[in-house]
Amino acid sequence: MTPVTAVSPIKPWRPTRRDYIVQCGILVGSFLASYLVIENTGFAGRLPLVIFFGIFAITSLAILSGMKRGKEAAKDAVMAGAAYTGIFALLLPVASILWTVTSRGTAAIYSGFFTTDMSQDPFSSTLDVGGIKHALIGTIWLIVIALIISVPLGILTALYLTEIKGPGSALIRFLVQAMSGIPSIVAGLFIYSALISGTGRGFSGFMGALALSILMIPTVARTAEEVLKLVPPDLREAGLALGATQWKTVALVVIPAAKSGLVTAVILGVARIAGETAPLLFTTGGADDTNLNPFDGNMGSIPFYIWKALIDGSPEAASRAWAGIFILMLAVLALFALARFLSRAKIVK
Amino acid sequence: MSNTEKEDGSMNSTATPATGTRTTSLGNVATASAAARARSEQPVGSGLEARNVHAWFGKYHAISDMSLDFPTGTVTALIGPSGCGKSTFLRTLNRMHEFIPGAAMAGEVLLHGKDIYAPGTDVTKIRLKIGMVFQKPNPFPSMTIGENVLAGIKLAQLKVTNKNDLMEECLERAGLWNEVKDRLNQPGGSLSGGQQQRLCIARSLAVRPEVLLMDEPCSALDPGSTLKIEETISELAKTMTIIIVTHNMQQAARVSDYTAFLLSDGGPGQIVEFAPTREIFTRPKDKRTENYVTGRFG
Repeated sequence: MTPVTAVSPIKPWRPTRRDYIVQCGILVGSFLASYLVIENTGFAGRLPLVIFFGIFAITSLAILSGMKRGKEAAKDAVMAGAAYTGIFALLLPVASILWTVTSRGTAAIYSGFFTTDMSQDPFSSTLDVGGIKHALIGTIWLIVIALIISVPLGILTALYLTEIKGPGSALIRFLVQAMSGIPSIVAGLFIYSALISGTGRGFSGFMGALALSILMIPTVARTAEEVLKLVPPDLREAGLALGATQWKTVALVVIPAAKSGLVTAVILGVARIAGETAPLLFTTGGADDTNLNPFDGNMGSIPFYIWKALIDGSPEAASRAWAGIFILMLAVLALFALARFLSRAKIVK
Repeated sequence: MSNTEKEDGSMNSTATPATGTRTTSLGNVATASAAARARSEQPVGSGLEARNVHAWFGKYHAISDMSLDFPTGTVTALIGPSGCGKSTFLRTLNRMHEFIPGAAMAGEVLLHGKDIYAPGTDVTKIRLKIGMVFQKPNPFPSMTIGENVLAGIKLAQLKVTNKNDLMEECLERAGLWNEVKDRLNQPGGSLSGGQQQRLCIARSLAVRPEVLLMDEPCSALDPGSTLKIEETISELAKTMTIIIVTHNMQQAARVSDYTAFLLSDGGPGQIVEFAPTREIFTRPKDKRTENYVTGRFG
């Protein structure tokens, strides 16, 4: 028996250190070359620099792999370069938004920011008074009521389309898709003209939540439908073959199998409405003081707070608007992260 | 009762060598089938009976005029080439056929003499009595192994006094208990394909069906798991009626008492021949059956 020599794992398919150095050299060289072009020709500014850099880098990388492995490899390198350019063009504005909001949004936040409202102080007052308590409470009420209305309606609609497949399914699916394209201001105007104007009822948080529900139901219904469609038909048959009624099969087999996806559908629905401003202007009326009753009286909300601060015009008010945007962005970001986490957790094949 | 059984047994023991001499290449098949036949000659009541069953998908006439008797306590294999309507026929037997959009049927399926398609029949009760195991193992992904076994109890809202005993009994009968008894709380999807299929069998057994329909239960499994499931089938056949669709003729020969050969000659699928398994495999009456079981076509 021959002695076994110790074998250490290697990854022969990985690029070598030399490949990395060559690639870095090409990137640096392309950058220098594009810099020279900008300096010595009529082009100026950052955008042409980026464009020239992209052209030079992709071309030289393509030539390099073309020399090494032929024409097809060169095409491959061009397409890879195009994909990298695409992701760069996508991430740049996102990063820029995150950076701008974070750097400007923290100036107005102080210890009392979450515990005071704007009823005593105008938006132009100094940044150590006033806060967004009223707006936070308003937004929470709006979202909670919109959830209570939209989640059952949205999921029941999805169940009708995927499980019952009853008459009119195609038309309903079309209408739900069309509904998700409704401009948000139309939803606000609809509630205003149907339920507020001329009826003697005033603005309230509940009216705002109704307008938001019009926007949220199609989002929840469509996402839930997609998720329910992913549940294998085998499972439904297995449930029915065990002597279950359709309702029992849906409740005990289909919905549990799609649970994480349904949670995602709900969270995406909330994220859809959390930042809506336009429908709230006609329905909640907006307020600077704290109103705990969503069924009576004007109610503030974070988007309304941002809107009011922006049109005030003073630098302090602008800082308050950025702070509101920052809080809203954090909330939506947290919701999306939660949705990702919940949809990943407990995937059983 | 015990007397007749003994007589049957002695008759079998004399019949076995005779069968053996008749066969040439399929000798082992005949022996296995004779062993299976010992079960078939136990006293039987009226089991499941299909009478002039037709089935359609939209305008497509899938199966035509199928009549078969499935006596209690027997294993019947349905064999035939793809597209001959084996699975469709099986699905008409516990009213799963009607879930396919555009499906239609004609004829009668009698369980203890009562038509399961009669108006006013509670279809969920029918499916409790006539269980089904599918081609692809389909344990419920959101449930643990233990919950999967008892899923039927929950789904059909049955009352059970001791759930743990039932769980153990069903897993035992499905031949899975020893492999999973220490991991009943793990998800059903964590098992191997063969174990998942036996879990699905255990799940079907928990609602105490009288008939078990199996639609190619081993086609997605390796030979070892197939063998285990065949052992399970032989064990189950002592107490219930089993109807199995299979593409594997050795399997049909090994596990079944009766075999029906189905064929579609361009039109709807029909029953070409129905006979005790050993006869189908050793001296088929129809030329087409002979060609099929000897592998000359299909």
